[in-house]
Amino acid sequence: MIREYRTTVEISGPLMFVENVEGVTYEELAEIELPDGTIRHGRVLEVNESMALVQLFEGSSGVGISQSVVRFLGKSVELGVSETMLGRVFDGQGRPRAPFDTFPPIVPDRMININGSPLNPYARDYPAEFIQTGLSSIDGINTLVRGQKLPVFSASGLPHSAVAAQIARQARVIGEGESFAVVFAALGITFEEADYFIRDFKSTGAMDRAVVFLNLADDPAIERIATPRLALTAAEYLAYQKDMHILVILTDMTNYCDALREISAARREVPGRRGYPGYLYTDLSTIYERAGRVKGRKGSITQIPILTMPEDDKTHPIPDLTGYITEGQLILNRELHKRGVYPPMDVMESLSRLKDKGIGKGKTREDHADLFNQLMAAYSAGKNARELAVILGTAALSPLDQQYLRFAEEYERRYISQGEGENRTIEETLDLGWELLKLLPREEMKRVRPEHLDKYWPAGEHS
Amino acid sequence: MTKGTIRKVAGPLVVAGGMAEARMYDVVYVSDMRLLGEIIEIKGDAASIQVYEETWGLGPGDRVYSTGEPLSLELGPGLLTSIYDGIQRPLDKVRERSGDWISRGINIPGLDHSRRWEFTPTATVGSAATGGDFLGSVPETATVEHRIMIPPGISGTLAWVAPAGSYTIDEVIAKVRTASGEEVDLRMYQKWPVRRARPVQKKMAPTEPLVTGQRVIDAFFPVGKGGTACVPGPFGSGKTVIQHQLAKWADAEIVVYVGCGERGNEMTDVLQEFPEILDPRSGKPLILRTVLVANTSNMPVAAREASVYTGMTIAEYFRDMGYSVALMADSTSRWAEAMREMSGRLEEMPGEEGYPAYLGTRIAEFYERAGKVHCLCSGEREGALTVVGAVSPAGGDLSDPVVQATLRVVKVFWSLQARLAYMRHFPAIGWLESYSLYTENLRDWYGKELDAGWTALRNGAIALLQEEANLQEIARLVGAESLSSEDQLTLFTARSIREDFLHQNAFHEVDTFCSMRKQVRLLGLIMSIHESLSRAIGAGASPKDLFSLPFRESVARARYVPENRLEEIDRILETAGSEIEGVLEQTARAGEGA
Repeated sequence: MIREYRTTVEISGPLMFVENVEGVTYEELAEIELPDGTIRHGRVLEVNESMALVQLFEGSSGVGISQSVVRFLGKSVELGVSETMLGRVFDGQGRPRAPFDTFPPIVPDRMININGSPLNPYARDYPAEFIQTGLSSIDGINTLVRGQKLPVFSASGLPHSAVAAQIARQARVIGEGESFAVVFAALGITFEEADYFIRDFKSTGAMDRAVVFLNLADDPAIERIATPRLALTAAEYLAYQKDMHILVILTDMTNYCDALREISAARREVPGRRGYPGYLYTDLSTIYERAGRVKGRKGSITQIPILTMPEDDKTHPIPDLTGYITEGQLILNRELHKRGVYPPMDVMESLSRLKDKGIGKGKTREDHADLFNQLMAAYSAGKNARELAVILGTAALSPLDQQYLRFAEEYERRYISQGEGENRTIEETLDLGWELLKLLPREEMKRVRPEHLDKYWPAGEHS
Repeated sequence: MTKGTIRKVAGPLVVAGGMAEARMYDVVYVSDMRLLGEIIEIKGDAASIQVYEETWGLGPGDRVYSTGEPLSLELGPGLLTSIYDGIQRPLDKVRERSGDWISRGINIPGLDHSRRWEFTPTATVGSAATGGDFLGSVPETATVEHRIMIPPGISGTLAWVAPAGSYTIDEVIAKVRTASGEEVDLRMYQKWPVRRARPVQKKMAPTEPLVTGQRVIDAFFPVGKGGTACVPGPFGSGKTVIQHQLAKWADAEIVVYVGCGERGNEMTDVLQEFPEILDPRSGKPLILRTVLVANTSNMPVAAREASVYTGMTIAEYFRDMGYSVALMADSTSRWAEAMREMSGRLEEMPGEEGYPAYLGTRIAEFYERAGKVHCLCSGEREGALTVVGAVSPAGGDLSDPVVQATLRVVKVFWSLQARLAYMRHFPAIGWLESYSLYTENLRDWYGKELDAGWTALRNGAIALLQEEANLQEIARLVGAESLSSEDQLTLFTARSIREDFLHQNAFHEVDTFCSMRKQVRLLGLIMSIHESLSRAIGAGASPKDLFSLPFRESVARARYVPENRLEEIDRILETAGSEIEGVLEQTARAGEGA
């Protein structure tokens, strides 16, 4: 049953109030026909007696009260999915997006509600398969595993796009030739940035294995609320129905949160910190928690959301709440970037919570965990020494502190730093770690089990 | 049954009219999908309902049916090893019914009503019977005996008790004749509303520590059995690892773990790990003493609000049997946020940061359900319920209203420091900022169970760490080399306390759990060496020579000594002693030479 109404009584920001409606349900999809025949879309945010509150995806400009016809479609927002989505570029509502994609719409295999249902925690399988990204700062230190959600906390002016593209290009599980695909959602980023990713995907042949959803900076902001959910719906279909391993890249989540704030403000809700709605955590979790693995199903969804921290501030609500939901974070550091370190990964503040299950014997190598602990401890001591050197001068440092200082320099220059095209194997990364540790006295290796120390750094070998 | 009609739908909040007869906190079924909800406000004939499931597709005109009962749990055999959502739906059964994703309107009872349990009666017919008295027992798991109790509020004489045999929880296993001559049928399970604390005879102060096997907690900031503790910290500081460690190693007989609005994978981790890990005391898998409540962040927000109460009620039920129970709630901030969200939808006047004005009251009420108690029964029985709540303050800022409201009620504060986490010092519990108000209560227990000198040892170590903090400021300015020998020794020992004692690797097979006996030896080792060094320095030995002695490396490895070979730690002390002695002799000889 399709019902048409000409009873719009108020338009305010991206919201529209329609009166005297009947049988309208929460989250229902609505179509708004303007006098010139253009169709806009929206969804029901609230129904109160006979009044419906509709959120307009394309914004309200050009929508009038008297001439608009509102139709409620009796279903919630859905995405038509099919395997032929691979290689295609869609807009923020799932339609082919010119000029990147000039083909006709896909023929859907099925229609799926974009909100998904919560995955039963009992049905989850713990992510434990090591993904080799070829970046030492990730593989060696903040190891990514299949089914993890690991965001990149970046800031304006930092090369997060290059890092994400490099991960998308190089990521693989060692020794497996399983089907792998990238789902990429652009949320309010510029044409240039989106174009960078698409060109990168095309030039490396990754485009054939990619599904792209674009909501660019000049596209309607409210549409961004739906875009990540479209991307994840496509990802879930490919992962769990078509047995593929999907890497989902969402950039930039800050723009998504701002769109959410816009709607919240228009609804005059009680704001939480910095004007973001109190339910930001819950809302973000319905996106991030859609990463994972499911028992008995082959595919998986690994998520790398990217967000830019306003004023490089990690305690801003967006990175803060994201960090509470995701399984770690990769933080890019402006100071390292200025010193020419690429990727400018702040390994001290970055963290992969799932790494412990993804590393070690049979996954990477038996010494990985101890080596990681030792490298972190040594780098931390080196950074302390560097601070001290600023105050006292290098000459005043103890000989041991000087060794640590040198270690920290070399660690940044050789371990964290690498080329945009450089794809290191995990063995190369681990061996490099040992090589650098040998800049220090052997008895400083407190975090390494004696058996590993003896194997990778036999007593008596130079230090 | 009251029937109403939906007027308004806004997210998890539904307002229904025609509900004049409804009562606060009654459970209702919403729409013909029978979505579960709870009444949280009544205005005239309109009831505001928080719905425990997603509400898309609901609209004005849909029907609402009241059950006339508050949200209650089924308490009986079958709780252990279960994983429930926030309103006690068993997630394994939900999966059987609805597949990998949770669909709506699934109502499955919390306990398996078809399973048979071996019941052995322990009560005698004709005896006086009152709420909390045992009727019999059921071997629920290999480690836990489930004691079947008379529900609170029933008293009289025991008229009949079933003979030993196997019964389902629906079969009558006893009858009590009340004072009015009425016979009440009793089954192996009882129902209890989640928002009401289960009654006890009397509360007492904790006098025994909950030994957790985590050195920084047991030695420095212990929590008593029946006490309350909170762990606030920014993300990445290791709240969840600490909660998991406590759930694994704490010497409680029953552990209830509530994953409230947190990550799905964390619950999977517990589910996969706990059947594998053996309890160091019973030698049986940890899962056999564990109940899990999992309402992850992507599950409906209203059920998240209920989940902490569900966990608490289950924990109280086992406490009533006379067990020592530990409840871990991770994270109470998500619970508070769920309250905030519902409060916002109800358009209540907000308090601090949008949280409802009753936030502090609710938090206090929650923690007050912990305690060491004389259980409700006609005899003497002691039970304890320890509650440890994680708090996730926005931006790691402790002025957060949830942290502040929590600190007003809990007695132990484990302050997680981002600074320590970056240095990969785990557990990242700050030794200068944390506190425990139980140390005085526990003094007698330490005196009896541990070394008599334990309290002095511990206080000495804490004093050194405090002194270190002061000295570090100076050392930063003038360099460690220019400090006096005594001060250099303080820095040396404090570093050893931090690195060789407080630092503990949760992922190392030996280090993950450290018994009190081993803790006493480890700290004793470090402090004895400190004394020897102090004497040596007093006799004129050079700190440089002393601090570079090889014993440093063996002290660093002492914490990896397995529990069954603790005498190795004594040998390390002997070696260290003779090395220090060696330096002293050299000093003396050099002195003679000069």
